[in-house]
Amino acid sequence: MNYLTLIMAIPLLGAALIATLPQSKSLLAKQLALGTTLIAAVATIFMTTKFERSNTALQFVESYDWIKAFGIKYAVGVDGIALVLILMTALLTPIVVLAGWNESEGGRWSTKTFYILILVLQTMSFGVFAATDVFLFYVFFEAMLVPVYFLIGGYGSGERSAAAVKFLLYSLFGGLLMLASIIALYVLSGEQGGHTFDIAALSQLEMSSTTQNLLFLGFFIAFAIKAPLFPFHTWLPDAAKSATPGTSVLLLGVLDKVGTFGMIRYCLSIFPEASKTFTPLIITLSVISILYGAFLAIGAKDIKRLIAYTSISHFGFITLGIFAMTTQAQSGATLYMFNHGFSTAALFLVAGWMISRRGSSTIADFGGLQRVTPVMAWSFFIAGMSSLALPGLSSFVSEFLVLVGTFTRYPVAAVIATFGIVLAALYILIPVQRALHGPTEPGNENLKDLNLREKIAIAPVIAVIVVLGFYPAPALNIINPAAAQVVSQMGFTDPLPTHGGK
Amino acid sequence: MSEFISPTLSYSLLSPILVVFAGAIIGVLIEAFASKSIRPIAQVSVSIGTLVLALVQVWRIRSSSSTTAAMGSVIIDGPGLLLQGSILIISIIAVFLIADTENFAAAPAAIPGSPEERESIARGQQVTEVFPLTLFAVAGMLIFPVASDLITLFVALEVLSLPLYLMAGLSRRRRLLSQESALKYFLLGAFSSAFFLFGAAYLYGYSGSISFAGIQDAVVGGTGNDVFLLIGIAFLSIGLLFKVGAVPFHAWTPDVYQGAPTPVTAFMAAATKVAAFGAMLRIYYTVFANAEWSWRPLITGIAIITMAFGSLVAISQRDVKRMLAYSSIAHAGFLLTGVIALNKAGLDASIYYLFAYGIASVGAFAVVTLVRDSAGEVTDLNRWAGLGKRSPWVATSFATFLLAFAGIPLTSGFIGKFSIFSAAYESGATAVVIAGVLSSAIAAFFYIRVIVLMFFSDPLEDATSVLIPSILTRITVLFSVVVTIFLGVFPSPLLDFISNIAIFIR
Repeated sequence: MNYLTLIMAIPLLGAALIATLPQSKSLLAKQLALGTTLIAAVATIFMTTKFERSNTALQFVESYDWIKAFGIKYAVGVDGIALVLILMTALLTPIVVLAGWNESEGGRWSTKTFYILILVLQTMSFGVFAATDVFLFYVFFEAMLVPVYFLIGGYGSGERSAAAVKFLLYSLFGGLLMLASIIALYVLSGEQGGHTFDIAALSQLEMSSTTQNLLFLGFFIAFAIKAPLFPFHTWLPDAAKSATPGTSVLLLGVLDKVGTFGMIRYCLSIFPEASKTFTPLIITLSVISILYGAFLAIGAKDIKRLIAYTSISHFGFITLGIFAMTTQAQSGATLYMFNHGFSTAALFLVAGWMISRRGSSTIADFGGLQRVTPVMAWSFFIAGMSSLALPGLSSFVSEFLVLVGTFTRYPVAAVIATFGIVLAALYILIPVQRALHGPTEPGNENLKDLNLREKIAIAPVIAVIVVLGFYPAPALNIINPAAAQVVSQMGFTDPLPTHGGK
Repeated sequence: MSEFISPTLSYSLLSPILVVFAGAIIGVLIEAFASKSIRPIAQVSVSIGTLVLALVQVWRIRSSSSTTAAMGSVIIDGPGLLLQGSILIISIIAVFLIADTENFAAAPAAIPGSPEERESIARGQQVTEVFPLTLFAVAGMLIFPVASDLITLFVALEVLSLPLYLMAGLSRRRRLLSQESALKYFLLGAFSSAFFLFGAAYLYGYSGSISFAGIQDAVVGGTGNDVFLLIGIAFLSIGLLFKVGAVPFHAWTPDVYQGAPTPVTAFMAAATKVAAFGAMLRIYYTVFANAEWSWRPLITGIAIITMAFGSLVAISQRDVKRMLAYSSIAHAGFLLTGVIALNKAGLDASIYYLFAYGIASVGAFAVVTLVRDSAGEVTDLNRWAGLGKRSPWVATSFATFLLAFAGIPLTSGFIGKFSIFSAAYESGATAVVIAGVLSSAIAAFFYIRVIVLMFFSDPLEDATSVLIPSILTRITVLFSVVVTIFLGVFPSPLLDFISNIAIFIR
């Protein structure tokens, strides 16, 4: 069964269906979009149940010639890491559609166009995680910028077009650097037994260390811009502030994961030596990201910018985990990507509801929401606790794994990164205190609590956060073999914990 | 005294060229004798009929190859036929645009603002000489990439250039600007022709032959005077680089693109590039291939400067036609990458790129003809603001072409860029590839700025309206969009076709 092509085709068919609707039927467009994304989610869950956990090879593999002259194939397949990210995308999209039911109304264009863009983006997100041909990956990687660009610039608020352009130019620049590296890989593979873009074949290429370092940088900078890692992060707060909450969820939850996923899939496997060479630099940048993002978040006055800054800090943890080269850290990083998707989704969606009710995104304008809108306030609180990695919520497991895994190899980095947890408590608890507690700010007395649709949208997100916090095994069982495979392919074995005192 | 040898011509292989010449002459006769009422429709149908017939002829002889089709002065081979086919397809959709004679001066010979001009407008006169001129230019372009001696090459160059000089001056509105551009184009073109001839003379002095095969033998033999060869290559290159608009021979491009009637600009931008690069590819890939030490470093430098300059200067343009002109300069730089590659992959990639770029260019200029106010076309970019709101389909088409120029995946431009850069990288020209990638990043900036302007800005107060496109213009835009996207998603058929038959013979 061609599951991967099937789940990629479902949103595209939905988009085509919506395109045939007349402009006026915006409700039907919304319902169709919700229906399509739900079908895609069910199909993806079904696919996940068919996944053989212990098998470390790529599964659901498909491969057809696309552009024969260049050896380019439509080739897809997933390992545990790609699968959880696809699952995350499939689960988040219907939630975004449901939660942002009225998001498209402030846009330049019709509701119909909004959902077509969302669905096309979903197809491309599946594609980018599933691709096993570097060229195909690049096509998805670049082409998915176009729907996001129009989603931010067309339906966002404030300085939306400037933010959209900034986002696009940063990403295009990174993408072109990656293109130069891809061209080099293509030529090298041609010299060593025939043009190909297959990842497995490319990882066998022989390269001089200079070549490998340069090509690695081409890929890594593209991914670091996408992720985003300090110092390539400046586009993110603007984009996240201007985009609609739903778009922000997709942007930070799904799109940015392409960066960290790409580091695992492409940087580590094709350029193992260069990855080792650059590890100290990358670990340093990760630690800086963790602390710098956290400090910026503490100082943020705007709630959407605050969430964006916390994400920069979290992406620091993910990158740290990826380059620590231990199984725990690698598993932790992947689990972190999954969990970050849900906790950021919860934060952004609730923040979006708060902003649309209050008409302001400044934290100081809220206050005392706990009394006026208890359900909304509690949702925000749980999402915030998950973001600061409270034990019992999902992010704790992944953050702990990353830190433990890093400590066995890079104790100094791990110790400094731990301060990120302390700062996280600050950047979450300050807005929680200001917005939710204290006396009710004038103008907030009559805010409405969440309605049924919003409750239905947020419930599964909180359920995932709580359930995986107590029992992360289902996700970890899928991730662990793939993570171990990545680490062992790099030629690393996990260092044994040293026993002190004897 | 030598005996007269009657020429033996292979009419079958020359038929595309002959058909177009015949069509051009019929066009002249129609202009002279047909009555005013049927002239426009007759001219359009003759032009399109001629070009389609020529295209059919090219398809018929697609797998032929011959060096003796016209006594050794023309080589019919795969690359030549592919380029002829591209030129014909581009010309057909460009003629669709030219068919909207509303863009052309009623009496171009009259002095702008003179009583004669006013009178001819008042009487509703409209000359249609642009059609035979177009066909003559096409005929020259068809010969240019298949010429195999320097004299034929020069004659083809003049046959294609002279009509273009005239056509640039035919614009109905902003007559002075149009005439100025025509004069500039003519003067600079005359200079470059002189350089070209000068180079040809040195090459004759070097090799004692005017045929490509003779010069190539001399280059391979290496017995001649290298100074003559170097001067010959240098001056011949100047003539060719002028035609493709490479820096530092690009100065005419923005003025002429802006001043010429937009349909003519479309034709000129796309078809001339194909023809000129076709000739360049043949000359550098065969005649001078063994002297690569002498020209490759120089062309590499020119390619890098051209793409960087075109991309950088385009950023500051406020006029859509000038912006497209600088973008065409940048693309000339990217195309020179294919010349530098000097391998089979580079040849295939260049042919593909030329076709893809030509189609997208005609499409982009077709859109420019549609955006108007009461005084004619609006080319000031600021007044394109909010176009996406008023005419979403027109704006979407234009955005598609811009994305293709920028090389975004799933458009033909991306496959073109990938193939041409990878061919250059394969030949070791890493510097050009890096410069190309960086220029693409810069170029993306101004393409995207136009998209922002169309979709994300609110329309200005003054009424810019989008003309309801005529059926022919609509076909051109639609065809260009479809080809641009199709070649981005399924490039395989065309790539395979090119790679199977694009082999230079000598």
